[in-house]
Amino acid sequence: MKVRAQIGMVLNLDKCIGCHTCSVTCKNVWTSRAGVEYAWFNNVETKPGVGYPRNWEDQKQWNGGWTRKSNGKIQPKMGGKFRLLSKIFANPDLPEIDDYYEPFTFDYAHLQTSGEAKDMPTARAHSAITGERMEKPEWGPNWEEILGGEFEKRSQDYNFKDIEKEMYGEFENTFMMYLPRLCEHCLNPACVASCPSGAIYKREEDGIVLIDQDKCRGWRMCVSGCPYKKIYFNWQSGKSEKCTFCYPRIENGEPTVCSETCVGRIRYLGVILYDADRIEEAASVKDEKDLYEAQIDIFLNPNDPEVIAAAKRDGVPDSWLAAAKKSPVYKMAMEWKVAFPLHPEYRTLPMVWYIPPLSPIQSRWEDGQLETDGVIPDVSKLRIPIKYLANLLTAGKEQPVTHALERMLAMRAYMRTKHVEGAPDQGILDHVGLDKPTVEDMYQIMAIANYEDRYVIPTNHREYAGKTPFDNEIAFASRSECGFTFGDGCSGGAPKKSLFGTRTHANTLNGQIRRQK
Amino acid sequence: MSYYLNELLFGIYPYIAILVMVLGCILRYDQNPYSWKADSSQLLRSKGMRWGSNLFHIGIILLFFGHLVGLLTPEAVYHLVMSAAVKQKLAMIAGGIFGVMCFIGLTILLWRRITDPRIRATSKFADILILVILYLQLILGLATIPASAQHPDGSSMIALANWAQHIVTFRGGAADFVRGEAFIFKAHIFLGLTIFLIFPFTRLVHVFSAPVKYILRPGYQIVRKRG
Repeated sequence: MKVRAQIGMVLNLDKCIGCHTCSVTCKNVWTSRAGVEYAWFNNVETKPGVGYPRNWEDQKQWNGGWTRKSNGKIQPKMGGKFRLLSKIFANPDLPEIDDYYEPFTFDYAHLQTSGEAKDMPTARAHSAITGERMEKPEWGPNWEEILGGEFEKRSQDYNFKDIEKEMYGEFENTFMMYLPRLCEHCLNPACVASCPSGAIYKREEDGIVLIDQDKCRGWRMCVSGCPYKKIYFNWQSGKSEKCTFCYPRIENGEPTVCSETCVGRIRYLGVILYDADRIEEAASVKDEKDLYEAQIDIFLNPNDPEVIAAAKRDGVPDSWLAAAKKSPVYKMAMEWKVAFPLHPEYRTLPMVWYIPPLSPIQSRWEDGQLETDGVIPDVSKLRIPIKYLANLLTAGKEQPVTHALERMLAMRAYMRTKHVEGAPDQGILDHVGLDKPTVEDMYQIMAIANYEDRYVIPTNHREYAGKTPFDNEIAFASRSECGFTFGDGCSGGAPKKSLFGTRTHANTLNGQIRRQK
Repeated sequence: MSYYLNELLFGIYPYIAILVMVLGCILRYDQNPYSWKADSSQLLRSKGMRWGSNLFHIGIILLFFGHLVGLLTPEAVYHLVMSAAVKQKLAMIAGGIFGVMCFIGLTILLWRRITDPRIRATSKFADILILVILYLQLILGLATIPASAQHPDGSSMIALANWAQHIVTFRGGAADFVRGEAFIFKAHIFLGLTIFLIFPFTRLVHVFSAPVKYILRPGYQIVRKRG
């Protein structure tokens, strides 16, 4: 057993209102630069829909993630090392920017500068790449917002696999949910595996997956390797970029920007201990439907004295072990079994998990009354098909999803009997195998969701960082130096004028239109 | 061509070009590692990449190693296997095939870079310059094949190889070997040296980062230790 700790995330989709605050705050902090206008380290998709980039979930098209060979070993779906390198000159699995969308801005300045005219001046769309006018933008980061567009197109959604989907195109049967997405910071990351330069790495102390910008050579294999399409190629700098899990904040014990600003309080951050020796074994199980169970099988119980002893031996700090015991992520994934990984069938062992959303009961509309199995409503009658959620979260296995939804319904029903009817009904809890303290804890964390219950993040230990400017002996020497840099003194990375290549673009999304005037 | 000019271009210029390349690369790698990259534009437009980029890269890599081995193998060594005349024929045929592959690929890539609005708008001056220079160099190289056919005995080839071997072994009088050769050879050599000269200022630096280490990486995953 080799114990490692990771900060994991759970998103409670039952509470996501699709406001995109997470996406916008993330963009303002991380991707408001030239070359990554089209990149959203965090985006929110309306499901069902093909998503961003188009049809990202379908690995028959993109060859992302891992594949299990007949000898039981796994290798990147793009191919083994030689096969992967053979794609280096022209990568057949690389999305084009139009699969995301051509970034655009509007010529707002024209509203102020146009001369007197018969008609009102308008701000036309312009491409952020060429600076040329775009007749009309045809796709965007969330083009299918709240079921936008025809069902015909949206129903290409990969999660409709094995579902008779025609009926969901009818108005009465339609359903939707939101899916906020970010880098999964996988235990078995396919991006790391497919990076020829060795620039992408997983941090041992907190599991965050990062790209070393100075080592990245822009071979763009990681973009294809990641099945979640959460690595973005910066077309200005020629380097790949990804979600950093806001590591400067995490190190400081603060939640990521997307979590901090979530108005629905749907996001949870906490420590998960896992057995690093068994990652490959878990990712290689034969039946993909067993991948969810295989992953929770390598998560370790932070209350187990044996685990604690092993963790101390492997250098996990005490503050992290203490945080692991209070981790909301561990509770949701392991104790309550209400959270699930996104598409475990990619075999990357993702670490951003999701609580499936409840939805209105179908039959209530049909015959004017609720169907129950005697105690709680029948989850198979929920408007969102169980199979659809299972295809999203458990590689198609319905039982764990049903179990989670029943527990969530039971929690609601029980708290209703307690607070509204004044007589808590123990029968509801017995029905789904919960006890009173557990359901009270679930209610506290999932429904009330206080800040300190949602984010249990131990601060990083200073000794991890080596010498920092906060150490007295070097504090004076480093006074007035620059902070974060790209490793070339205090310059911002790509100097405006340099012998080794000049910038072609300023940040075009600031409203500067090239070659237009 | 005057003795002075010949000495300058083929005796001294090679050292200037190689020095600039070596120092320039070291300086760039050290001072601005962030700028060291392949600078792929495939994300913006993949049309033309499959044929253009594959043919170009495979062609030019084979051409490079063909030149390297062909020019720097001492006469005494290859005579163990073949005569100079046979070696020249081999060079003309192999160089011709790889040259045509590279030519087709480069034509597609250059066309794409100049006519595609996205690629054009995001191209740096050096991106277009290097493609044009490589294109000219390739045409010059292909044009040396008929010139070589004039001397099927391999005499020109031996003279050029002697020049290259004298340059890389720091022996004087290298320029004398090429003084009497056809203009087309001299132009090809001069432009080739110029490519070395501008190498560190272009995206060509990605050549040095060819990821052969990937094959040797144990397993797939990389975990960085703390601190």
